[in-house]
Amino acid sequence: MTLAGGARLLSGPPLDQGAEPLAAHRARLGPRPRGGLGLIETLKASGLNGRGGAGFPAWRKWALVAERAVGRAIVVVNAAEGEPASHKDQTLLRHRPHLVLDGAQLAAETVGASHVIIYLSRTCDGQRRALEHALHERRIAGDDAVRPSVVTCPHRYVAGEASALVNGINTGVAKPMAVPPRAFERGVDGRPTLVQNAETIAHAALIARFGAAWFRSVGTAASPGTALISVCGAVVCPGVYEISLGVTLDHAIGCADGMSEAPQAVLLGGYFGTWLPADRIGTLHLEQAELDAAGASFGCGVIVVLPRSRCGLVEAASVLTYLAAESAGQCGPCVFGLKSVASTMTRIADGDGHSADRALLRRWSTEIAGRGECRLPDGAVRHLQSAMTTFAADLERHLDGARCAVAGRQAPMLPIASGADEWVA
Amino acid sequence: MGRLKRLRVNMIKCDGFGYCAELLPERIDVDSWGYPMVSQKPLTRDLLEHARRAVLVCPVGALRFDEVDR
Repeated sequence: MTLAGGARLLSGPPLDQGAEPLAAHRARLGPRPRGGLGLIETLKASGLNGRGGAGFPAWRKWALVAERAVGRAIVVVNAAEGEPASHKDQTLLRHRPHLVLDGAQLAAETVGASHVIIYLSRTCDGQRRALEHALHERRIAGDDAVRPSVVTCPHRYVAGEASALVNGINTGVAKPMAVPPRAFERGVDGRPTLVQNAETIAHAALIARFGAAWFRSVGTAASPGTALISVCGAVVCPGVYEISLGVTLDHAIGCADGMSEAPQAVLLGGYFGTWLPADRIGTLHLEQAELDAAGASFGCGVIVVLPRSRCGLVEAASVLTYLAAESAGQCGPCVFGLKSVASTMTRIADGDGHSADRALLRRWSTEIAGRGECRLPDGAVRHLQSAMTTFAADLERHLDGARCAVAGRQAPMLPIASGADEWVA
Repeated sequence: MGRLKRLRVNMIKCDGFGYCAELLPERIDVDSWGYPMVSQKPLTRDLLEHARRAVLVCPVGALRFDEVDR
């Protein structure tokens, strides 16, 4: 069920041809329909969930904004994509900008918005150029009621979190804020604000054209439609692909032409996500019920294959060190807790662990989870706990001061942004 | 009937002074780094006055009442 012939978001010209021009986009998909409250019902029937990581039903977000909007709402397309292993939103902006922009117009017409903002990392020059060219094409064509503006944000892990995004647009400092108020209540300029991930918005643009039943014609009842995945690690062709939800992990990895080495584990869902042992690759279906049962989530669609030749604890220590550095420095349990976890995990990965460290890490996990105003600490704890479970045998060895055969011989393989960016874009 | 009160801490404001945990150990514990861990359990009538003092004494105004449906 690979979507080679049935791809949706990524159907059309090959990705190496750059951005699809407006004329080609229209010829391929037909004109953009108009938005309106009926689209909220269609989104509800489609079962489209947010693809930024949290998986909140799209229609509910749109409805929450629409009922407060009275024509003065703001729509923000969130393409911050701070997750280092995720490239799907950047891929969409660079190659299918008109799909994203169609979705943004539809959202504006539907919820009653006077402004549309495309929010992306300041490091994404190529995406920004593609976007600006696409906006130019649309100005000439002249059928967008709302003229979108582009706002760049610092390249920080949490810059795309909804309250950080609102803060970033309002003040220039993209740090999370205490909620409530949530963006739909009081967001950009104090107005009701729809913050929706770029991929989700692009799906909405297709659902508006082809309908809810079409969207549901692939995927499962609880996880309908397709999703973009970013596959890397020990695979033959790392990259962004599109799958039908409900396929096995093995099938998803197959999009990247399969594994290049014998696998040890898979990180699913991004750095907030879960390490799964390799024996789940053939059995786990990427759909709600099975993911819930496995304690995992699809997150933002990141899939990293860790080969047997690597040490999972070294990778987890590296990710936790990165996440600790990405803390906005606002909430004590995040600032100090993540630092404690990261330095202890690094010590363990280096083979200098103590047997007492396991209990310490467990205690810190319970003390850190749920204690920040944003979800960074929760995500870090989730990563830590799944690493401790999936790499339990290695942890045992490392805590004996022995460490595994491979740790210390190689740099971590998971991509990490080099050096934390400034908070002001 | 009515609504119950519990406490909520704004972690961005909180600087970990810890006075709240001293005044209301029944509902507030401190973590390994000295920051308050506030119980989600509603406040009983006998704790309300202590809770009010904890809210008032916070030097950065990080602690406040939160109402929940009974």
